[in-house]
This record gives sequence, C-alpha cells and structure tokens, in this order.
Amino acid sequence: MKDREGGKLIVKIKHVMSITVVLAGFLLWYAAVQAAEPAVILNVSYDPTRELYQEFNAAFAKYWQKEKSQAVVVKQSHAGSSKQARAVIDGLDADVVTLALAYDVDAIAKVRLLPSDWQKRLPHNSSPYTSTIVFLVRKGNPKGIRDWDDLVKPGVAIIPANPKTSGAARWAYLSAWGYALKKYGNDDSKAKEFIGKFYANVPVLDSGARGATTTFVERGIGDVLVGWENEAYLALKELGAGKFEIVTPSISILAEPTVSLVDKVVKRKGTEVVAQAYLQYLYSDEGQEIAAKHFYRPRTEAVAAKYAGQFAKVNLFTIDDVFGGWQKAQQTHFADGGVFDEIYKPNK
Amino acid sequence: MRLMLKQPSVLPGFGLTLGFSVFYLSLIVLIPLSGLFVKTSTLSWDQFWDVITTPRAIASYQLTFGASMVGAIINGLFGSIIAWVLVRYRFPGQSLVDALVDLPFALPTAVAGITLAAIYSPNGWIGQYLDPLGIKVAFTPLGVLVALTFIGLPFVVRTVQPVLQDLDREVEEAATTLGANRWQTFRAVIVPELWPALLTGMAMAFARAVGEYGSVIFIAGNMPLKSEITPLLIMTKLDQYDYTGATALGVVMLVTSFVLALAINLLQWWSTARHMNQ
Repeated sequence: MKDREGGKLIVKIKHVMSITVVLAGFLLWYAAVQAAEPAVILNVSYDPTRELYQEFNAAFAKYWQKEKSQAVVVKQSHAGSSKQARAVIDGLDADVVTLALAYDVDAIAKVRLLPSDWQKRLPHNSSPYTSTIVFLVRKGNPKGIRDWDDLVKPGVAIIPANPKTSGAARWAYLSAWGYALKKYGNDDSKAKEFIGKFYANVPVLDSGARGATTTFVERGIGDVLVGWENEAYLALKELGAGKFEIVTPSISILAEPTVSLVDKVVKRKGTEVVAQAYLQYLYSDEGQEIAAKHFYRPRTEAVAAKYAGQFAKVNLFTIDDVFGGWQKAQQTHFADGGVFDEIYKPNK
Repeated sequence: MRLMLKQPSVLPGFGLTLGFSVFYLSLIVLIPLSGLFVKTSTLSWDQFWDVITTPRAIASYQLTFGASMVGAIINGLFGSIIAWVLVRYRFPGQSLVDALVDLPFALPTAVAGITLAAIYSPNGWIGQYLDPLGIKVAFTPLGVLVALTFIGLPFVVRTVQPVLQDLDREVEEAATTLGANRWQTFRAVIVPELWPALLTGMAMAFARAVGEYGSVIFIAGNMPLKSEITPLLIMTKLDQYDYTGATALGVVMLVTSFVLALAINLLQWWSTARHMNQ
C-alpha cells in the first residue's frame, strides 16, 4: 500500500516537474524571442561603399550587442548618390544617409527631414572618412600620364562620369578646376579653357562611377579613368595588379563623403539612439580601421598613421577653400546653364 | 436569342463596361499623365520653352525620335521577312526560332544593353572586326540604333504573323492562274493585306523605342549633343532635383509620341479604307 502511494506521489511530482520544465522552457523561449527582436535600421548610401558597410555593419552589430545587449540589423541600400537622396526625399525610410557629397544631404535637409545645420552635428564636417580623385591607367602607363596636365594633351582619352549625375565625377571636375586655378594663378577663364579641353578628350560619359569603371576596365575604352581613389584601389585588388596602375596627381581635392541622421524618420521609428550610435561608431578606432581597409582615408590620426603607407602623398585642397562650399560650386558649375553646360554648347 | 447576341447594340451591359473602361483608363493612364502636366504647369510658358529648346534637348529629340523611326523601319522590313519564314515554311528548330523572337520582350532591358555594349565595344566579339574598318557602334548614335532595333523586333513579327497565317494561299494561287507574276502577286495581293498589320507593328516598335531607357544608356556613350537620348536627359534633370524641368521634357515626349501615334493610326485607317474600296 505505502509503496503504491509513494509511487503515486512520485508520479505526481514528476508530473508537476515536467509541467514546470515545459513552462520554464516556454518562458525562456519567449524571453529569447523578446531579446532577439532586433533593432532594424536602414543605411542609404552611394555606390562604392557596398563592401565598406558590409563589414562595418557586422562590426557595429557585435559592438551594440556587447554594449546594450540588443541585436541590431543594419540594412543597406546603394545606388548613385543623388538618386539615393531623391529616394529618401520621396519617402524611403532611411534612418541614416551616408552619401557621396554634402550637396545631396542638403537636398534632403531642404524638405526638412533633417535640420539644415546637420553638417555641424558630427566631427570633421560630418564626414568620418575621406577620399580623393586619382587616375587609373593601363599597365605600363603607355601615354605617360603623371598629372592633370597630361590629361588634356591631344590623343588622350579620359573616362570620367557625368558630373551632372555622379558624385565622383563632380569631385573629379572640381579637382581639375582646382589644379588649373593653381597653375594659371587663379584665372577663371584659363581654368574654363582647361576644363573645356579636358571634356573634349572624353569619348564616353557614363552616368555613374561604377559605369565609368566598367567602360574603362571591361570595354577597354580610354587611356585613363578619373575617379574615386577607393574605387581605383578596389579595381586593382579585384582585377589583379597586372593590368592597371594608379597614378596620383600632384594636387587633388579632399573629397568628403558625408553622413547624417534622418531626424524625422528615426523619431517616428524610435531608432534615434541606435542610429546615432551607428554614425558615431564610424569615428571609433574600429570604424576608422574598417574604412582604411577599404581604401578610404581615415580621419583619426592614429589610424591614419597606421595606414599611411597605403595612400600616396598628395596635396589636398577642400571645396570650401577653393569653391566656397557645395551650394556655390553647384550653382556656378553644374546647374543648368552653368560652366559644365557651356562646355557642351554646340560649335557655332 | 442567338440572333440577338450577334447584334452588339442589343447586347446588355454596354453602360457598365464602358463605365468600367473609362474608370480603368483614368486610373491607370490619365491620372498619372495629368500629374505630369500639373507639375509642368508650375513653369511659366517662357521658362517651359527655354527648358525644352536648349540645344542639348533638341539634339536629344532628334536622336531619340530619329533612331526610333529608323529602327522601326528596319524592323518593319526584317520583321516581316522573319514572320514570312515562320508562317510559310516548315523547318527543324522552327519553334526555337519562334521563341527567339520573343526574347527582346522578356529580357530585362539593362541586360540587353550591357550585352550589346559588350559585343559591339571595340574589344567585343563583333566590335573587334568593325573597329579596324572604322565602324564604331558602341558609344555612338549607331549603338543607340542597334539597341532600339533590338527591342522593337518582336512587335513587328508578332503583329504580322497572325495576319500572314490567315492569308489564304488560294488567293495567291488564283492570282497566279490569272496570269500575275510573282512580283505582281506580292505587290497587289500580299502587301495590301499585310500593310495595316505592318504599320501597327512598326508603330508599336516605334513607341517602345521612344520610351526606351535601360538598354540604350549602356551602349550610347551618353555624350551631350551626340549620343544622349531624351529619357537620359530627363533622368539627369531628376538627379539634379529639377523635377519640373524633367516633367517639361516628359511632356514634350508625351505630346510628340501621341501626335505620331495618332498620325500612324490615321495612316493605317486610311490605307485600310483604300484597300476596302478597291
């Protein structure tokens, strides 16, 4: 009798225990699901940053998990810089934008998605990494291209992209202009003549930087590709160093790709804290190292020193110094009827 | 009951179906297009005129409409031959050839553009043989023509094919027995039957080519005044946040396309009517 009752008791205890285990398991699972509910932010960027942000996003997710024990998924979107800005203006829910030039972020600020003084909110004009414009030439440099001067010689075919549509091409145009200004003692009309000769040597005008790279590398058109330094290094790395060489001109522009929070979107989605931290993490040592690894010039001195051997020395000037900022440069050079349009006036 | 069905005017539901058609067309076509006009109307007439008559814009119209027209004519000629071969002869691999005709329809246009550019560029399969002869296809207006011809082909073949199929061989045989030689049979019997369908096919190929963007930009070279098509100019304006300028060019394309489509329809109507009277 006692044995049987004892047996019953054991069964009962077992029963209760199994229910508890199931319940506890369920609770654990529920808690796990709760914790795994990740923060999702969207980074809308321009074309050549694809590889950079793939690595950076993984690094940031790890950091955020450790700091705040919250999982974060960063989605990325890439296309031409002004196209991306337009998508955000038209309602793409970007938490942060990381675009090729400040002018495109200004365009977003114009529709009040973010404040107009956005560029002052983060260090270094809100540009955590920089780049510049260099030349990519064919193996052995058969046309002997050393500097901007050599590009305007007759018989040299240059592949830039269209400055009206491509960020890189706008930086390239401004670089050439800056060089000419320096060479001819700030004479605007001489600079205009120089830039006219420059575009007279252009056989194909692609709408984006990647398109120009394809034209030069895959189609074999042109003697020199004028574009992003990081793209040139990437092309060397991807295609093998045997076919192309990088030529760094004596003087070039300091291209500052800029980043910003899209205030209206993060406020609505409640992602302000994580999005803000995401941008700030670009300035951390790890963020800077990742940028340098992808051939962007880092801002932090320690990291810059570490990767100094990777980049050629070049005299860099800024757009603010020479052109008085993006709004002015855009108005004078790239707006309809501006200097660039003058170059393509039909010959009378 | 049967008799009644054969008379469409007595068929019920006219009001309902017409109402639906008008509603549907408004929703899908008219409302979006009127948005184009509304946006453009923020420009004054002078501004509008300035935007649409810049030398670059005019050069781009010439290229876009000119190359589309030439492409449609080339397709009219060779598309009819393909349709003829597909209908009149039986040969091994015929269904394969038939399916090939539809490829330009199905292929994403960007893929077509990249492929054409790769083939016709100076280091490409075909380009390397043309280049020594001084013929440059990729990155010239000729490249634009190649792309526009490529995408327009199915329209001509697919409109001419069914008409050819319905064409009774006996009619041709009758013509022969009445003493017509081959050329006369072709000119007086076959062409009048085919002509309306051919015009429709060419009109559709033309309309498709005018609006084409994806395949052209990869092969055009996109040089202002030389190889820049109007849709690219519109995209360029959008990239500069110039929405009204872009819509102004859009309006020009829309109006021109509409006028040309109308003209072709009238021509087709006229040629059918003339054919009936004969």
